[in-house]
Amino acid sequence: MNLVVLSYGDLAIAAGLIVLLAGLSLLLRLRVERQLLIAGLRTTVQLLLIGLVLKALFAHATLFWVSLMALVMLLIAGREVMARQKRPFAGIWGYALGTGSMFVSAFATTFFALLVIIGNDPWYYPQYAIPLLGMMLGNTMTGVALALDRLTNFAWQQQAVIETRLALGQEWRVAMRDNIRESVRIGLIPIINAMAAAGVVSLPGMMTGQILSGTPPMEAVKYQILIMFMITAGTGFAILLATWLGARRLFDERQRLRLDRLKG
Amino acid sequence: MLTIEHLQVQELTLDLEIKPGETVCLSGPSGSGKSLLLRAIADLIPHRGRILLAGRACEEMPAHLWRRQVSLLPAESQWWADRVGDHFAQLAAEEFAALGFGPEVLNWQLARCSTGERQRLAILRLLSHRPRVLLLDEPTASLDPASIGRVEALVDEYRHKHQAPILWVSHDPGQIARVADRRLVINGARLEEQRS
Repeated sequence: MNLVVLSYGDLAIAAGLIVLLAGLSLLLRLRVERQLLIAGLRTTVQLLLIGLVLKALFAHATLFWVSLMALVMLLIAGREVMARQKRPFAGIWGYALGTGSMFVSAFATTFFALLVIIGNDPWYYPQYAIPLLGMMLGNTMTGVALALDRLTNFAWQQQAVIETRLALGQEWRVAMRDNIRESVRIGLIPIINAMAAAGVVSLPGMMTGQILSGTPPMEAVKYQILIMFMITAGTGFAILLATWLGARRLFDERQRLRLDRLKG
Repeated sequence: MLTIEHLQVQELTLDLEIKPGETVCLSGPSGSGKSLLLRAIADLIPHRGRILLAGRACEEMPAHLWRRQVSLLPAESQWWADRVGDHFAQLAAEEFAALGFGPEVLNWQLARCSTGERQRLAILRLLSHRPRVLLLDEPTASLDPASIGRVEALVDEYRHKHQAPILWVSHDPGQIARVADRRLVINGARLEEQRS
């Protein structure tokens, strides 16, 4: 089976559909045409750029360049986690908490997958390492952002309840237990939903891509299962770490709720 | 004995000693820092100065053990579970009866309780932990006259039985006259002791 190579003309035809949609929006005064076109343009430019970067990376597959790429991806994901929170922690914590948790979890899981499960030589070969890490980071990012947003927002809204529990002599862990449990659950919802719907409602993107490029379906399925499990584990560990550290940070050494450590 | 040495919250400074079984009433205009003082004594907010319970300083013991002994009743009662009973570790039926509740109250839904019922339950919840010091922030503000009398009697009985020092924030001159051994009034940045 051979890969049908797309020409730029083929892409232009697909782009025509977006333009058509934008025209319809203009006609019906829905006012989304600008956003649509800008987003379409961003997708094109960003993906073409990353295509060039990956092409260069595949040609120079050294550990240094792969690590640099991974680092850039992590830092951007960390910024995204902070931007998605309504009340992030003030100062360096706002950035470091999400980024640190993702680093520990996403990198560890990706290393594990590359070294133990895939076992390519060299293990950091970018064809495997970068897409794997990208999928790990993308999902971990969503999970960690949801969980931390829930954690800090809840503490903000429920200050009186939490302080009442503290005043009754509960330890901070006990006073925060419901909140921590709920934050972890909310962070995990997207990936649990994705696993539950996989193959029944939706064909996961990676599997679709592999099948389109000629991989036998059963091979694509095995990879997809591997990725799903890695993503779930990685997201789960990152959420546990981020919520625990975040909850800890909300209290000082005398177990006082310190909302002044949050921004705004 | 609760000893407070140079406790500073905002611009207020408090030096105070409350003997076992003694009730000190604290009053002052709203926003003058009464609640902040109570929260500082319960070590719920950062503060300067020393607070000692029977000679042991607050920071010598873990924060939750301090708060278990020096317990604050916030002005508005707060609840985290649906059922009344889920908020109580141990129960004293006489105390429930003293505030007009039967044993069936444990199965009540908090959403269906009135503000006054919740406040009385919050007082029972506080006492059920057997704190050694009570910090009461306007405990009867939302209660009707009959309930106010019951709460005052219950707290008085607790005070005698456990020889607990009590710091009681109240706006009601009648109540202050009934329960206070000594009274403190916040006047700007100063705390003045009033002789009755």
